[in-house]
Amino acid sequence: MTVHDKTIHATALSRRSLLKAGAGLAIGAYIARGGKAFAQAPAPAAYNIAPNTFVIIKPDNTVTVLCKGIEFGQGQFTGMATLVAEELDADWSQMRADHAPSNPVLYKNLLFGVQGTGGSSAVANSYIQMRQVGAAARELLVAAAAETWQVPAAEITVESGVIKHASGKEGRFGEFADKAMQMPVPSDPKLKDPSTFKLIGSEGIVKRLDSADKTDGKALYTLDIHEPDMLTVVIARSPKFGGTVKSFDATAAKAIPGVVDVKQVPTGIAVYAKGFWPAKTGRDALKIVWDDSKAETRGSAQLLSEFRALSKTPGKVVKSEGDFDGSMAKGGRVVEVEYVFPYLAHAPMEPLNGYLKWEGDTAYARYGCQFPTPDHAVIAQTLGIPMEKVKLDVILAGGSFGRRAQQTTHVARELAEVAKAMGPGKPIKLVWTREDDMRGGYYRPYSIHRMRGVVRDGKIEAWSDTIVGQSIMKGSAFEAMTFKDGLDSTSYEGSNEIPYDVANFKCDMHQVDVGVPVLWWRSVGHTHTGYAVEAFVDELLEAAGKDPIEGRLELMGKKPRHAGVLKAVAELADWKKAKVETGRARGVAVVESFNTFVAQIVELSMTDDGPRVHKVWCAVDCGVAVNPDIIRAQMEGGIGFGLGHILYAEQTLDAGRPVAGNFDTYRSLRINEMPEIEVVIVKSTEKPSGVGEPGVPPLGPAVANAMAKLGVGRPRQLPIVPGASA
Amino acid sequence: MAAFALKINGQTHQVDVDPSTPLLWAIRDGAGLTGTKYGCGVAQCGACTVYVDGQTVRSCSLPVSAVGSSEVTTIEGLDSKEAKAVQKAWVALDVPQCGYCQSGQIMSATALLNLNPAPTDRDIDLAMNGNICRCATYVRIRAAIHGAAKTLEG
Repeated sequence: MTVHDKTIHATALSRRSLLKAGAGLAIGAYIARGGKAFAQAPAPAAYNIAPNTFVIIKPDNTVTVLCKGIEFGQGQFTGMATLVAEELDADWSQMRADHAPSNPVLYKNLLFGVQGTGGSSAVANSYIQMRQVGAAARELLVAAAAETWQVPAAEITVESGVIKHASGKEGRFGEFADKAMQMPVPSDPKLKDPSTFKLIGSEGIVKRLDSADKTDGKALYTLDIHEPDMLTVVIARSPKFGGTVKSFDATAAKAIPGVVDVKQVPTGIAVYAKGFWPAKTGRDALKIVWDDSKAETRGSAQLLSEFRALSKTPGKVVKSEGDFDGSMAKGGRVVEVEYVFPYLAHAPMEPLNGYLKWEGDTAYARYGCQFPTPDHAVIAQTLGIPMEKVKLDVILAGGSFGRRAQQTTHVARELAEVAKAMGPGKPIKLVWTREDDMRGGYYRPYSIHRMRGVVRDGKIEAWSDTIVGQSIMKGSAFEAMTFKDGLDSTSYEGSNEIPYDVANFKCDMHQVDVGVPVLWWRSVGHTHTGYAVEAFVDELLEAAGKDPIEGRLELMGKKPRHAGVLKAVAELADWKKAKVETGRARGVAVVESFNTFVAQIVELSMTDDGPRVHKVWCAVDCGVAVNPDIIRAQMEGGIGFGLGHILYAEQTLDAGRPVAGNFDTYRSLRINEMPEIEVVIVKSTEKPSGVGEPGVPPLGPAVANAMAKLGVGRPRQLPIVPGASA
Repeated sequence: MAAFALKINGQTHQVDVDPSTPLLWAIRDGAGLTGTKYGCGVAQCGACTVYVDGQTVRSCSLPVSAVGSSEVTTIEGLDSKEAKAVQKAWVALDVPQCGYCQSGQIMSATALLNLNPAPTDRDIDLAMNGNICRCATYVRIRAAIHGAAKTLEG
């Protein structure tokens, strides 16, 4: 559904009131200045295309909340609607949600300064803003009812979607929506005291708004878009990163029935066809000679030896406290280990795709877009038209895990390029196959952590972490905001600030260039730093003869929220007293990411096929818990996602060519491998923080630590079961 | 190209495609039914699961020319009491996250309950391990199948 043309009655909320959302704005403005791609954003005046900014109230009393970000499983629709409904005093049954269109002014993420979803920020950046929207809408409806009934607004109450006056007058939202639209928008709507919340933090009342459509096949994804005369496009891209087309022969491809045309585009050779199958078979029939002169040609073994050699030399210092070298020189129990992390594909269930119709001087794009503002800008730029002449609608996406937002906007650019190559007036749907997705790069970076530490008299005296890795942000619009002293902070986040008091500490880094495109992957740097830190602290505590939980707590004097989740998970799993079955062992880890704190305890045994995780206990502190059941769902999903990858997943390179192409060689966790999970949400009055990513990082090290307890040692190189096929 | 008269959900759909076209694409691009999803194309993920004469099939790997006059059922055509119980249980537990694999999950879960009204965890593992969920909603899938079985009992 497109929001503009279906609106009947609506509550107009001015930008003035909606953007009064506190400190986020100032931060946003700063980020926008730093990002070069976003400098193209036009003046706000050009964007008055969405008058009903966040809430649509219809005569049938339904309240539709327009979400700034994309719903791709994390529960954003339900979360945003909860915040609005709370302040609006709506009944949950009348709430609906949809995506807001791309609009860099109205729908910017207040933490980013541009419209986009990421960094587990949906609730974190909207908590106050969406409540203000709900509160303003409520005040407008009350004012409209007061005028209609000729009674003072102060005498009117709203409860569960019903507006009432003591005189017995009663009405519902739909009746007053028209009049409310004409009223002046309150500049400073009053927000509820959290102690009076009915929906935020509730159990059993708020259900996901997208469940029904996702169980009967109705939910519409980009792959499902079919428009008259639409052509499906599949592209042959270089098998090696950085390769280019030397020459090609499309004779055989063009002979395939259903293939309409073949064009060279910047990313390869595009086959245009009536439907996916002819496009795909046409692509497979292309004869292409690739020029690999500028391609990355190193293989995985070579990268490992180069990274390993570097890790043994000092890198650029990220952080140094005390005197690491001096402390090591004093001797004691010295521990040195290396952890190797592979390239990982995101492999969302729905591979990348997009729909675009270019009309020459305007264009319409529609897809599961995670970063509307930069995508919007690059589509306009590629087509050579102003941004306000491009309309971009966001729809559901079949997962992302980071993949649908790119620092390079390469998918949006490719989408515009294939439309441009075909000429105006031809609607096209670009589709990546699973193999295109797996072999298309934009992986979690390959990295090595070399950890060194010393234990004396039962105490961790020194700790160092030398990281070798590839920057995600280098050369992108995000470089200015993520780089510190020439290093990409997302490569070491979590390694430079550990939650443990260690007097002599050092974190240093070698930032290496590899010709493989890399990208943020569910929890970004924490995917590897969480493992390195938490496996290593466990290793040092073992050397110190300490209990993994007691030992951690002793070092967490300055970290109450880390300690809080650790204590909570210990209690949940009955860590001290539980009798663990023979042949099984437990391990623990705690990681903070995106201001959310998660501790997990894993119980596993070893089989011929590797570890079998039986149960995971999880404690999470994400500040105010807006939707407890969605928080639990994200912890469950994060645990499964984390487990599948540390057990089986890696993308290897054979002379630069990515090897794994599908789920037969890039093994994914299946239901028979899913552990039982228990989650406890730690009560908190802190600002709400995200849950989409933070469930992932602790799982890997908790598994490693349980394996050590079982006597098989902590895996030094991931995945744990290399070469596993499905 | 060749013309095929596909019986899908009780209706005949004329689709004009190459005989090698997998049933999945005949259903999606030919008949315009998009609830059945593409996830891997090599019978690894189960997102494309449909029934052909009541048997679960990975439609991405079955050429349309092999379907003949068989009855094809997709997520849009599910209407048995088992299917309704499964879908209701899915909503009650808010199983879906991104939702993209769930058509296939529900087709497989319904097929399981058709054969086995009271599946054990082991039965669920065997029946459902051909369906990948990258969001890893497996805990809730398992619980929802048990929940659906319970409602069918009573």
